[in-house]
Amino acid sequence: MADETTPNTDVIQGTLDLLILKTLSLAPMHGFGIARRVEQVSRGVFKVNPGSLLVALQRLERSGWLDAEWRQTENARRAKYYSLTRAGRRQLDAETADWKRRVAAVARLLSTEA
Amino acid sequence: MHLWRSLVRGLRVLTHRAVADEQITDEVDHYVELAAAEHVRRGLAPDVALRAARLEVGNPTVARETVRSYGWENAVDSVAADVRFALRRLRHNPSFTFVAVLTLALGVGATTAIFSAIDPILLAPLPYPNADRLVTISDRGGVGSAAPPAYGTFGELAARARSFASIAATDRWQPSLSEVEDPERFVGQRVTAGYFGTLGVRPAIGRDFTGADDQVNGPHVAILSDRLARRRFGGQSVVGRVVKLDDQDYLIIGVMPASFANVAAPAADIWTPMQRNAHAPFNSVEWGHHYGIVARLREGRSIAAATTELAALARSRIPEFARPPWADMAGGLIVRSMRDDVTQDVRPALLAVGGAVLLLLVIACVNVTNLLLAQRGRRRGELAMRIALGAGRARLVRQGVTECLLLAVIGGALGLAVAGAGMRALIALAPAGLPRVEAIGLNGPVFLFALATTTIVGLAIGIVSALGGEQGAGGLRAGLQQGARRAAGGSAVARRALVVAEVALAIVLLASTGLLMRSLSRLFAVEPGFDASHLLTAQVVESGFAYRTDTARRELFEQALDAVRALPGVQAAAVTSQLPLSGELDGYGFELQSKPAAAAGDDGSALRYAVSSDYFNVMGIPLRRGRYLDARDRPGAPEAVVVSESFARRLFGNRDPIGQRIRFGPETGSSRPWDEIVGVVGDVKQQSLAVSQTEAFYVAIGQWWWVDDVESVVVRTAGDAASLAPSVKGAIWSVDKTRPIQRVATMEQLIVATEAQRRFALAIIETFALAALLLAAIGLYGVVSGAVSERTREIGIRVALGATSRGIVGGIVGGALALAAVGTALGLVGAGVASRLLETMLFGVSRLDPTTYASVALLLGGVAAIASWAPARRAARVDPAITLRAE
Repeated sequence: MADETTPNTDVIQGTLDLLILKTLSLAPMHGFGIARRVEQVSRGVFKVNPGSLLVALQRLERSGWLDAEWRQTENARRAKYYSLTRAGRRQLDAETADWKRRVAAVARLLSTEA
Repeated sequence: MHLWRSLVRGLRVLTHRAVADEQITDEVDHYVELAAAEHVRRGLAPDVALRAARLEVGNPTVARETVRSYGWENAVDSVAADVRFALRRLRHNPSFTFVAVLTLALGVGATTAIFSAIDPILLAPLPYPNADRLVTISDRGGVGSAAPPAYGTFGELAARARSFASIAATDRWQPSLSEVEDPERFVGQRVTAGYFGTLGVRPAIGRDFTGADDQVNGPHVAILSDRLARRRFGGQSVVGRVVKLDDQDYLIIGVMPASFANVAAPAADIWTPMQRNAHAPFNSVEWGHHYGIVARLREGRSIAAATTELAALARSRIPEFARPPWADMAGGLIVRSMRDDVTQDVRPALLAVGGAVLLLLVIACVNVTNLLLAQRGRRRGELAMRIALGAGRARLVRQGVTECLLLAVIGGALGLAVAGAGMRALIALAPAGLPRVEAIGLNGPVFLFALATTTIVGLAIGIVSALGGEQGAGGLRAGLQQGARRAAGGSAVARRALVVAEVALAIVLLASTGLLMRSLSRLFAVEPGFDASHLLTAQVVESGFAYRTDTARRELFEQALDAVRALPGVQAAAVTSQLPLSGELDGYGFELQSKPAAAAGDDGSALRYAVSSDYFNVMGIPLRRGRYLDARDRPGAPEAVVVSESFARRLFGNRDPIGQRIRFGPETGSSRPWDEIVGVVGDVKQQSLAVSQTEAFYVAIGQWWWVDDVESVVVRTAGDAASLAPSVKGAIWSVDKTRPIQRVATMEQLIVATEAQRRFALAIIETFALAALLLAAIGLYGVVSGAVSERTREIGIRVALGATSRGIVGGIVGGALALAAVGTALGLVGAGVASRLLETMLFGVSRLDPTTYASVALLLGGVAAIASWAPARRAARVDPAITLRAE
């Protein structure tokens, strides 16, 4: 859980899709699960806004990268589970590679500045 | 794949909005639940946990709305909401909606109707395959104008020219259907065998003409138009039947398709092979200037290239093709695209009318925009409230535009009905000879045009009214606090600008109308050269076997004249081969004894009238010198000629023409005896009042080479000429009831008909101008009364301070007049520019005629004064006590 003393940040513009895809590459999950997962793994640095998350999920689903399915949860409640499609997996690879490239570039820039 | 997925999901959401919403709600709720459960696990009390979770998720409604706002279907949803909103607003404002829709319907309808005529006539290709390769070829007359070529010229071109894939000649042919109950003369054409092939059309049933049909003394065969076959012969089954035409048997070999439009001669219903000889002697019918030539350019050959080739051909004579002096191609030949050729007469009128209707459409739009702005002014409070509640400016503009588009669509739909009526009126008004009238109608292109016009109009008034209202937007918030009371705001400025524009456009239309009206009145004031009142005319045909001899024809006319003269109410009657102002044009070359043969190539041509001896008296053509033709001038007697003043002046200057010797037409160059000029009469207009081609000669019927088979009977009546028409017809038929009588009309009717083009343009532009004037008056009235209600307080104060009601009325009317003056000034400049479009239709009046412009400006000033008077009176009655208390 987030350390209450470190400030948490909104997810960097444009990376939410990547985070969702990555999270779902491990297992199908519902929206809340994805949000918590992102927060946990990032050690609370990223805080996911539920509104943006749900819109992003819809968009990714429309794009054919996610499949959505209504399932019964353990406490007999209807929940929408998302899972990665094959196209989604390709997209994840592409976005990961792209992200790494950018990070490396930014890192190089920062090091020369210093 | 993903577009498809998006489309399918979007559609599912649209069609099952409730289910989709429920799912979103479910998902959001689930999220909140899980968040709360987690807080509980971490030791919070359930209600505190739920609140914390809600805090984390934020307002669930906002979250739901955020999720909901995703996807294209959402845009559809909000557009639908805008449309519903706009519909509601329009319904709650019926008088505004009514006026706006009606104005737009008139604007769109009128524009569409005019477009329906302009499209097939000026824009669309002619209804033939590869119609852009079709050209007409004419001879060049003495002054460089196009003249109909002779058949001999066609023969030479057909043999020598290389620019054409095919070439064909046409001639007029008006056979009479004889030996039936109701004889009728058909309008048709003699055509060479390749005519239909050149156009690229074939008979729908039966066969086309072949080379074997088109031989001198060839078989009597004919092809009918679909409409004639239906009207007269029971449809296509007529093929193979024999029909009596001009007392001779004709075999009907084909019927053209119903879709076939014969644009070069739209009235033609029947065709027969030309059967002429390209190597005929000069004094034969083959060398008269009355043929038409159509040709299809070879693929890739341009009109310019064909013109060059024909110019070279005209210069190089070869022995096989002799040319008479009057058809020696010395002036070269004119090659024109067939479309330009058939539309050139109507082009100026149509373009002027098209320009006028666009102005009207713009005025209609301006007026509706004005109404919208006035309405926005009244809605300032509501708009301010909505902005305060968080409505985005973009959304407000979009709603405004949606409202305008909706208005335009309703107006456009009604406009189609208006256009339908307009097209019928247009066809009824159309001058005779308007090509492609049959293609005027509500077809695909016209419908698309209406749709495009509607959309553009809707967007234009939406955007302009949004921008016009915009300037007031800054004041909107202020307006909210102030109870939207004062603050004339930017929209009032915009409205004034629009009224100025409206006035300016109306002035352009009014000035055009004025110029055309003055042209027409100048034209009708032109003396035709004879007394047109109390004259009845009838064209009688007597072709056919029974009248194959000149004597038989002359006898028929003499008997017919006697029968007509015997009628009560008839003062005198005569016969002429060519009737002035009837559309006929019959000219011949000539040579003078004093100036032999040198006349070759010097455009020796004058109008020929073969007349009975009392023609001059019946028509009232004044004698200038010498004598009229009379009983002396019978067949066999020395041949006498009477010439017109202008002809005499051209030939002899100041010398005395009486006794001079002259020879005409086929006689030129022959050894026939000379004709002697015995008299000079006044000039008579032949083509139209505007055309001063009056060089003419008159010969007695019995002394011309032949007796024409189509003659006009002219009757001078004591009383109303038109009322005698049935008895004159009866009298002619009493001699031979199988003779078709073509055209029965009073001379005055014929004169009016010669100005059909101008009258057509005038009738339409006049209507548009009146509509524009009305709209401008309404616009002015609206702006002035709007200003009056906005200034009620100020006026109240003024009255309280002692302003007289006269001063107030004067101030308001003066303000309106100032607006009108600005618009008028702009409009007069615009009219000066626009009048270029009219120039070819003006007669006897400059396109910058100061009288017209001044009277138009005065008229508009008067209308502006009247339109502002009523609101000004209202202002003057303002009770200062009431207005000031209302503050």
